[in-house]
Amino acid sequence: MNNKHGFEIKRGTFKRLLSYLKKYKFRLILVFICILVSALAGALGSLFLQGLIDDNILPMMENSSTDYGPLMNALVVMAGVYIFGIISNYVYNILMCTISQGVLRDVRDDMFVKMQHLPVRYFDTHSHGDIMSRYTNDTDTLRQMISQSMPQMVSSLMTIIAVVFSMFYLNWILSLFVMFFSCITVILTRKLAKKSAKYFIKGQKSLGKVNGYIEEMLNGQKVVKVFTHESISKEEFDKLNEELRNVSHSANKFANITMPMAGNLGYLEYLLVAVIGAVLTSSGSSIISIGTIISFLHLTRSIQMPINQVTNQINSVVMALAGASRIFEMMDEEREVDNGYVTLVKVVEKNGKYKEAKEGIWAWKHPHHDGSLTYTPLKGNIELNGVDFSYVKGKQVLHDISMWAKPGQKIALVGATGAGKTTITNLINRFYDIEDGKIRYDGININKIKKEDLRKSLGVVLQDVFLFTGTIEDNIKYGNFNATHEDVVKACKLANAHEFIMKLPNGYNTMLTGNAQELSQGQRQLLSIARVAINNPPVMILDEATSSIDTRTEKIVQDGMDKLMKGRTVFVIAHRLSTVRNSKAIMVMEHGKIIERGNHEELIDQKGEYYKLYTGAFELE
Amino acid sequence: MIKRLAKCIREYKKYTILTPLLVSFEVILEVLIPLFMARIIDDGFEKGDMTTVYVIGGVLVILSLISLVCGVTSGICGSKAATGFAANLRHDLYYKVQDFSFYNIDKFSTSSLITRLTTDVGNIQFAFQMIIRIAVRAPLMLIMSVIATFSISSSLALIYLLIIPILAISLLIIGTKAHPTMKKVFSTYDDLNNVVEENVSAVRVVKSFTLEDEEERKFKKVSSKIHNLFVKGEKILALNSPVMQFCGYLCIILISWFGAHIIVESNGTNLTTGNLMTMFTYTTQILGSLMMLSMIFIVVIISKASGDRITEVLNETPDIKNPEHPVSKVLDGSIDFKDVSFSYIKDEQKLVLDNINIKINSGETVGIIGGTGSGKSSLVNLIPRLYDVTSGDLFVGGHNVKDYDLKVLRDEVSCVLQKNVLFTGTIIENIMWGDESASFEDVVRVCKLAQADGFINEFKDGYNTKIEEGGTNVSGGQKQRLCIARALLKKPKILILDDSTSAVDTRTDKLIQEAFKKEIPNTTKIIIAQRISSVENADKIIVLDNGKIDAIGTHSELLKKNKIYKEVYQSQVKGSDKDE
Repeated sequence: MNNKHGFEIKRGTFKRLLSYLKKYKFRLILVFICILVSALAGALGSLFLQGLIDDNILPMMENSSTDYGPLMNALVVMAGVYIFGIISNYVYNILMCTISQGVLRDVRDDMFVKMQHLPVRYFDTHSHGDIMSRYTNDTDTLRQMISQSMPQMVSSLMTIIAVVFSMFYLNWILSLFVMFFSCITVILTRKLAKKSAKYFIKGQKSLGKVNGYIEEMLNGQKVVKVFTHESISKEEFDKLNEELRNVSHSANKFANITMPMAGNLGYLEYLLVAVIGAVLTSSGSSIISIGTIISFLHLTRSIQMPINQVTNQINSVVMALAGASRIFEMMDEEREVDNGYVTLVKVVEKNGKYKEAKEGIWAWKHPHHDGSLTYTPLKGNIELNGVDFSYVKGKQVLHDISMWAKPGQKIALVGATGAGKTTITNLINRFYDIEDGKIRYDGININKIKKEDLRKSLGVVLQDVFLFTGTIEDNIKYGNFNATHEDVVKACKLANAHEFIMKLPNGYNTMLTGNAQELSQGQRQLLSIARVAINNPPVMILDEATSSIDTRTEKIVQDGMDKLMKGRTVFVIAHRLSTVRNSKAIMVMEHGKIIERGNHEELIDQKGEYYKLYTGAFELE
Repeated sequence: MIKRLAKCIREYKKYTILTPLLVSFEVILEVLIPLFMARIIDDGFEKGDMTTVYVIGGVLVILSLISLVCGVTSGICGSKAATGFAANLRHDLYYKVQDFSFYNIDKFSTSSLITRLTTDVGNIQFAFQMIIRIAVRAPLMLIMSVIATFSISSSLALIYLLIIPILAISLLIIGTKAHPTMKKVFSTYDDLNNVVEENVSAVRVVKSFTLEDEEERKFKKVSSKIHNLFVKGEKILALNSPVMQFCGYLCIILISWFGAHIIVESNGTNLTTGNLMTMFTYTTQILGSLMMLSMIFIVVIISKASGDRITEVLNETPDIKNPEHPVSKVLDGSIDFKDVSFSYIKDEQKLVLDNINIKINSGETVGIIGGTGSGKSSLVNLIPRLYDVTSGDLFVGGHNVKDYDLKVLRDEVSCVLQKNVLFTGTIIENIMWGDESASFEDVVRVCKLAQADGFINEFKDGYNTKIEEGGTNVSGGQKQRLCIARALLKKPKILILDDSTSAVDTRTDKLIQEAFKKEIPNTTKIIIAQRISSVENADKIIVLDNGKIDAIGTHSELLKKNKIYKEVYQSQVKGSDKDE
């Protein structure tokens, strides 16, 4: 996963990040002021040392005076300055954590809301690990930057500016020297940091490789054992492990050198300032008082730390901006468009006319161009007409598909993997949009129906069941949030799920976690059927709903499903032909085309592909 | 734990010792420099003695250069030691896991083993480097600096003795106060990831039920919880910096006040102005090292959990080992279960298989039928000794499986697992897992047997087609057929198919079985299946129910007398006839 991480930064990323800070304008100004005060207090402290020696200690020594009054005054003033510094330091730290966490929450929430409205296509074409890492790795680098790097950089820069001013105020020759020396240090450490970063990226790639290998091998550990492949996999691992060690040593080495390098160069600078100061004074070219040199030396020390910090933080800022780019990239993905204007409403019939009401039957509310309104009762009539479709332009997967399902009919789709059965269902609920042809629901083109309402009127049961973290009751209510507990029980009874739920220690309040792996596949499927049942949709799509259930459990599931299917339009996809035998019509698909259609008896008589499939499965003596 | 982990240092011992030594040198030199600096100020500025300035200046330049060299080499050595140590840890862990039995693997779960090998080792590497460098540096710096201040002026140094404990205790209190909140933050992060994960993988469900708003509400709730916890934790941690500053400034003011008194009263004999300045330098160093110590404290706490998790794996003993004098040849493919009971957790009360007695002759075809959880997979996993029986005995080829050399046994008992995987690499590479020395002809032969040759040749690159990670670019049925081919290449005496043709269409399934019958008549074949059609021609069919044998017999026998078998058969053949 790591090796996919680019370090590209898109233009405008920083500006966009700033827009999240707008909300905190006033607090930010306050933060800025506080940082300024805190930095000034630090610089003033150093200047105070000059006064301490030149104005207090030395004169007192010369006059042998014991009047500590002036010193006391100076110290009290200084203490006051320090207290200001400490308070503002605390204030900006506190403010910064509310600001940075607030920004992060906003970014996170925005990202999730945007993600919710991305089309299914996005999830089908992006690896889930990649999407997840935007919430974890990328937001984490952002947190580092906003809550640590940024304030540290601002405060460091402030300190540097304040110190530089104080230095020039004290002595400009020494100041120039310090500037010069600092530049050398910065250039050196930057060089090292860049080298380290280069190897660091390499290291990440190598680490990704090792992690990938470990993951693949451990996931297939049982196969490794069955094939007694242990020694080969050990050898292979050692190779990758050694490579990782080498690269990460290089990365670490340069990172480790930076600190002692900068620190010791700092000492060198420090003592050179002292020597130069002594030379300047003795040669008489520039008289420097002891107080001045002492506070100058103190300033020299106190400028090093912020300089190192700024250099260190540059890397993490770059990383964070790269992370932010990836976050914004996802936010900028085109969202699922919905131009539908036909909605589902409840109506009552009065003298052959429909009127909206709180209780009643569902109907499509269809506003027309001329301003008139018509209501069409929801029946579940589905019609596909000459539908073409391709996931990737140029690679057509469905060719000229036409079929009809009248209310209450069961239509089956059979055929090999990749024949396009699931694709058809993806088109009916508009996870994908068709390229050519028309799909009509109760005579209305589904393009005109609001997606939300269209999907509400379709119940889907998939082969892979997804349950959410929460109680069983919560999960079933996902089908209909207004449902009462009685409704839930009723739906579960209908789906044959009630019995096993009652056997669980906490019944309907049993907590499900991690996609409910503790339940059997069959039990989970029963819950997903109950979830559809409570929604009570007129049209249902069953996509291989019983395929991964063993045949004994299947009976119970099938039974639940049969009860649910009564009176509804049903599309059923299955590879066990026994489940589709009693369908009104069976469509046999191959390579995106319907090659045979008819009911079971007709297709058997036809002695075509269906006949072959059917007899292959039930070759009886 | 530390003892066990330290064993992994091995060839990097040299660097592990060298690093703290070099760090110590650096620290000593760094502490000496300010001491000499005081002489430059006092002799150079106050007395104008330039020779002293030059001499001491020269000495200092040399000292700081030596210190630089020490610092840089210690950095290099530290990196060498830490990365080497981590590599050794990974090596040991990986080797250990390779020797694990299924029982050991199940105990830890694969995903947790992966975390231990990756994230946890990373944490330990970081902590290790920190310990041999910073954890040596910070306390040494602290002690040396305090000693140095005492050598300058013992009365002024008392100020530090007063301030250091105050600061250390406050930093500790802040750290321990914030720690539980921060821990909660990270577990809430898991909740957040969980919501995202659920939404990403179940996007179709979310959209079908138009649950977007509900999910948004859920996400925002967790998101806000993180926000609140984080703010709470960081607000506590925000105290760190002002507390540090407070102590630092307090030192400066106290030293100024008392220092001035001493200088003036002793007229510069007990304390010089240069000394005073040196005291200020040490203030920064002392505070800096305390800050570092509190940082180390946190890192060590975090990494302790990782260390425990790694040691747990290293200390685990593989529960299946080679016997001392192993049998090195499997005579034939006969299998004999004698009173075999089995429990995954080795608990007699929780048996998955209960008192199983089966005799299978070499070359027979045996079908196994039963519902989920009836113990079908457990039964066959015992044959290649992937698990050991809990009680009873299991014989293969006339010998107890425990007497065989593991490699010999598993080479002769080829198992196509239910959850099968293909590895990254080409198709031919994957199939050659079965036999490294197989010729291309052999590979083609087994692929034909497994009815895979046809679709492989339809791929553009044929046998050299790359299998993507997790085998996503082949369909379920194709994957199963490749796995069967891989198992066949071993030319085993016993072939086990654990529900391995479930995704293969019935026609191909039939073809595979016919090929088996014709091509490998002497191999014992055990077939677990859901479909009756996959086993109906077997020599005998075992019906399992709840870990017990319900019946053994041929298709027609079972159809007559076994209730379960009849039920399954009915459901598959008649299916939904009752609706008509």
